Order: sequence, then C-alpha cells, then structure tokens
Amino acid sequence: MTDFPHTPPKQSWTFSNDVNAEIRRAAATGIYDIRGGGSKRRLPHFDDLLFLGASISRYPLEGYREKCATDVWLGTRYAKKPIHLDIPVTIAGMSFGALSGPAKEALGRGASAAGTSTTTGDGGMTEEERGHSRTLVYQYLPSRYGMNPDDLRRADAIEVVVGQGAKPGGGGMLLGQKISDRVAMMRNLPKGIDQRSACRHPDWTGPDDLEIKILEIREITNWEKPIYIKIGGARPYYDTALAVKAGADVVVLDGMQGGTAATQDVFIENVGMPILACIPQAVKALQDLGMHREVQLIVSGGIRTGADVAKAMALGADAVAIGTGALIALGDNDPALEAEYQKLGTTAGAYDDWHEGRDPAGITTQDPALFSRFDPILGGRRLKNYLKVMTLEAQTIARACGKNHLHNLEPEDLCALNIEAAAMAGVPLAGTSWIPGRNGTF
Amino acid sequence: MQSFDLAAQGLRALNSTLHALNGQTNQTSWEVINPKGAHAIAVGLDAPIDVTVRGSTGYYCAGMNKQATVRIKGSAGPGVAENMMSGTVIIDGDASQYAGATGRGGLLVIKGNAASRCGISMKGIDIVVHGNIGHMSCFMAQSGNMVVLGDAGDALGDSLYEARLFVRGSVKSLGADCIEKEMRPEHLALLADLLARGEADHLAKPEEFKRYGSARKLYNFNVDNASSY
Repeated sequence: MTDFPHTPPKQSWTFSNDVNAEIRRAAATGIYDIRGGGSKRRLPHFDDLLFLGASISRYPLEGYREKCATDVWLGTRYAKKPIHLDIPVTIAGMSFGALSGPAKEALGRGASAAGTSTTTGDGGMTEEERGHSRTLVYQYLPSRYGMNPDDLRRADAIEVVVGQGAKPGGGGMLLGQKISDRVAMMRNLPKGIDQRSACRHPDWTGPDDLEIKILEIREITNWEKPIYIKIGGARPYYDTALAVKAGADVVVLDGMQGGTAATQDVFIENVGMPILACIPQAVKALQDLGMHREVQLIVSGGIRTGADVAKAMALGADAVAIGTGALIALGDNDPALEAEYQKLGTTAGAYDDWHEGRDPAGITTQDPALFSRFDPILGGRRLKNYLKVMTLEAQTIARACGKNHLHNLEPEDLCALNIEAAAMAGVPLAGTSWIPGRNGTF
Repeated sequence: MQSFDLAAQGLRALNSTLHALNGQTNQTSWEVINPKGAHAIAVGLDAPIDVTVRGSTGYYCAGMNKQATVRIKGSAGPGVAENMMSGTVIIDGDASQYAGATGRGGLLVIKGNAASRCGISMKGIDIVVHGNIGHMSCFMAQSGNMVVLGDAGDALGDSLYEARLFVRGSVKSLGADCIEKEMRPEHLALLADLLARGEADHLAKPEEFKRYGSARKLYNFNVDNASSY
C-alpha cells in the first residue's frame, strides 16, 4: 500500500487565527471587544510616500547652517489672541480620566518645554495640565463634563469636538473601573458606573447651529480665543467646508489611526478613513474657499516621526497633533514592563486595554498604586526629547527639499510608492507623472 | 435702571459691558431693549446683577450664567441658560429646545412651555416649567431637579442618571431606565421649595406630582440589557 503524502495544513485567509479567536471570544462572552488606541490595520499611510529631495532642478539648503523655521500661528482668522507655537507638532486631546493626573502633567511639561500646545479631553480641565501647559487647548465636547466659563476663559484656545478619527459618529466611554472619586466629581456622576459620552452635542445640530454656538463661545471669551473644530475622517471635504462656514479659526482633522481611550474594536477598524486620504480633501476644501492658511489645518492619526510631520505638511497641513506617539514617549507599552504585560495576558506593543485601568506604566489608569509609578518630570523630559527629534527630522527633510520653512513643503516634493497612495495623496506614482484619477500617464 | 438698546449698540457692546461689571458695581439693574431674537444675549455673566430682556431672544440667551438674574419678557430660542452655573433665569413665555442643557446650578423658570430636550444632560440645575415639556427631555440628566406642572412628552428621562424629575400631568412615555419612584416626605419638601422659588406655588401643590428617576439598571454595561440601548 502506497503512503501518499497529505496536503499540508492550510490556514484560511478569511478565517484566520485572529478572526477565529475573536469569534470564540464573542461566543464565550456575548459582548463586543472594547479597546483603546487606533486602527491596527495595515493602511495606506505616510510610509507609502517619499520625498524627492533636491538635485540640479531644485536647490537644497545646508543642513547645519541655513535656517529652516518651524513655527506656526493658529487662530489668525478671528481670534484677538492667536496662538504662536515654536513647532508644528501639538499634543492631541486626551482626557483626565482616560489618563492619570501625573500623565496629564507630563504632557503639559513636555509640550511646554518643546514650545507647543497640549489639549484637555472629555472630563474637563485639571490643575495638573493647566499649571504645566504654557499653551492649553480646552475641548468643548458633547458631554460637557467639567465645562465651565472660568476654564473657557483661562484656556488659550477652544476646540469644539465634533468627532474623532477612531470613531467618527461615535461617543465616548469610560468604564467604571476608572471612575474614581475625583473623576466622578469632575463629571457629576456616581462613582464606579460606566460613563457614556454622547455622540452629538446637546444644544446644537448641524452647521447653522454650530455657527451660533461658536458666536456664543466667542462672546463669553471676549473674542480672544482661537476656536478649533475637530472632525473625524469621514467626509473631510464637506466637513472642512462646513467647519469654515461655521466660523472655525482652525480645523483639526483626525484619521482612523488616531487613538481613543476606549471604544468597540469593530468601530475603530471599520469606520472612517486613513489620514492620508483625508488631508488632500480637506486642503482642497480650504483652497476652494480661498481659506487655505487663513483657516489653519491640524491633522492627526498615526503621526510618528518627523518624516510623517513633513509629509502631512507637504500635503497642506499647517501643523499635526500626536496622541499615541506621545503616550509611547511617556512609557506606554515599554518592553521593560513585559513581565507585567504578560500578567495581563498581553505583550508590550500590543497592550490596548486602557479602559480597564490596569496600565503597568501608570499612564492610562486612575489607580494610585499604578499612577504613582509614573514620574511626570521624567515623562515630560522624554516627551520634550521626542518632540524635538520629530522637529529636527522634519527640518532635515525640508532643507533637503530646499525649504526654509516647514510650511514651504508642498505636494510637488512628494511621490508615491503605490497606486493607492498616489490616488489618495494626490501625488504622482514614483517614476511617473501619473496621479490616478487626476492627470498624467503611467 | 440702566437701559441698553441692542439694535442700536450691538451684541458685542452688550456682553462686554455686562462682563465688565463685578461684585462691587452699583449698576445692578439693567434692561435690554430691542432684542429682536438676537443670539447669545447676556451670555457668560458673572456678577449679581439683574438683567431684563424686553422681548424674545434667539439661541443661548444667558448661556453659562453665573450669579446674575436674567428675565426674558418674551420667549426664548434654543439653548436658553445652557450650562448655567448659578443665578436665575426666568422666561415669561415659551422656551425652544435644549432649555437648560448641561446646566450645573442655579434656577431656570419657564412660565410657558418648553420644547424637546429640556434639561438634556443637566448636571445640577433646577428647572421649573409651568407648562409642558417636549420629547426626550432630561436625556442623560445627571443631577439636579426638573419640575413640570403640565405634561411631559415621549421618552422622558432616557438614560437618566441621578437627576430627580417631578411631573404633575401625564407622561407620554418614559425613556430607557427611567421609572416612577416613591414620593417621600423629603421630596415633598424639596418640591415645595422649588415651586416657591419657581413662582409656581400658587399654581400647584407638591402632592399633585409624581416622581421619576433612574432604575440604575444601565449604569454598568450588561449584554442582557442590549435591547434597551
């Protein structure tokens, strides 16, 4: 009898081990998966773009001698007191509640030392971040947790949050494990409940109402503060245009790689667009309205390096915001804590159950035993270093492209490595003049 | 009384004038004439002054009020007294949607009817409505007291937290997790005080009301309650 060889075991691409594990988890618990962070998919991203640099047809700047400025003004359209930042990398909104008090302090310390702004989040303004932030953006959210006119007036800018990239169209959630006495008091809620944040604002609907809401905020704050409008990457052309119509000084656009403290995994991975696809649409809306650079554009969602900063700015952004990158700089998901991540059933780099409040790094927790491990002074220093490196990297690239200011980077400096990125970013496929859907030939 | 002609002098001048007043001012009594439905009238006040608006207002009149008493001798547009911190706002006429939204303190009195979402996400404010309130009122209301002498529309108190709702008339339907609760002596005493402060004690007695509050079944997510969301 002949012993024929068996076909080797073959895993299904459709029903992969990851997919099957999630099916089994769903079957066992009856609850969808909730996690923090942004999309973990492989998405078209800044990695798919390259700078062309300078040679004969373009003239570079000397790397260590010739100036390449990095500053940015935000809020020049209407605000009496626009913001001037030394670097175009800002810290995105993250709540006290999602983050510990010391972590918020570290964000303020690091951002201030690097000459940039930090941002509150759902839950209101804490003394830690106001006290340590030279420039603080105060978020105006649907929940209005902690909202009051005194904090509006002591903010440097106000960000009306319509949506965020991780969950455009979704509200927030802070599970009971993180509703400590202090968090409960700030949010007027019973301790230990699952706190829900509404997905729509309670007192306006649509751009016409929003225009009046912004008028009210400006009147309360004496027309001093820049008003940002933050949108998730849903329909960036129209949403940007409507934000401008509503009176925004600054549009903040967050792609689906942008993190959240907690929401459903199915939401994070299946709703919204990658930031690469969003930026050109938002810039086109601003250009069509004649408002590019007059209304500033801050983009976020997966910004990690100075190269990402430079690419976002070359596509037309005035500045970027970072959240996940900042947390990693503070010490989130550090392999040095691997043994503790293993105890939580995960591993460094993959830890995303921020909503459970058991973060061994002491950043995404309200447990005093855990957050007391975190040193806000050291954390602030690390964040400052990271911001400085990103800025140096972006300057390096800009000089190589012959630009004496990061804002002078332009789409013409870029090419794309694949057709998808070329189509989304609106830059030619490398080695061609072809922008899919627009012009040129392959 | 100081008189301010809004049509002639403009909104910015009105609010900056009122913001310049502090606790030591002798100019404690103001009237605003010719409001003509303007938005953001008398927002962000923070002084123990008395402002009477002679006519109807647009959106967000008395928004984020602290300390001041604002009287509207007409009807109010959407979001009147939104996020009020303290003080008193009294509307002689009706109020549009979102009246008292996210209010944290103070007293809002509506002598007419209030439209939908009255007291949405309220966080400590007291609201007394002499007439009826519309649908989805007190949605996600966290704390404070709502008193309604008339009827309430659909889905009263949906996803309610710890706010106390008192309705004298009918309730078309209760929202998720909102139930009728026992009226105890302390609630009757609270109601008597609210009716007096709300200029309604001659119109209704505490014993005529029913109390509604949270069943607290949705406070922590449970898949068995998924059909309630």
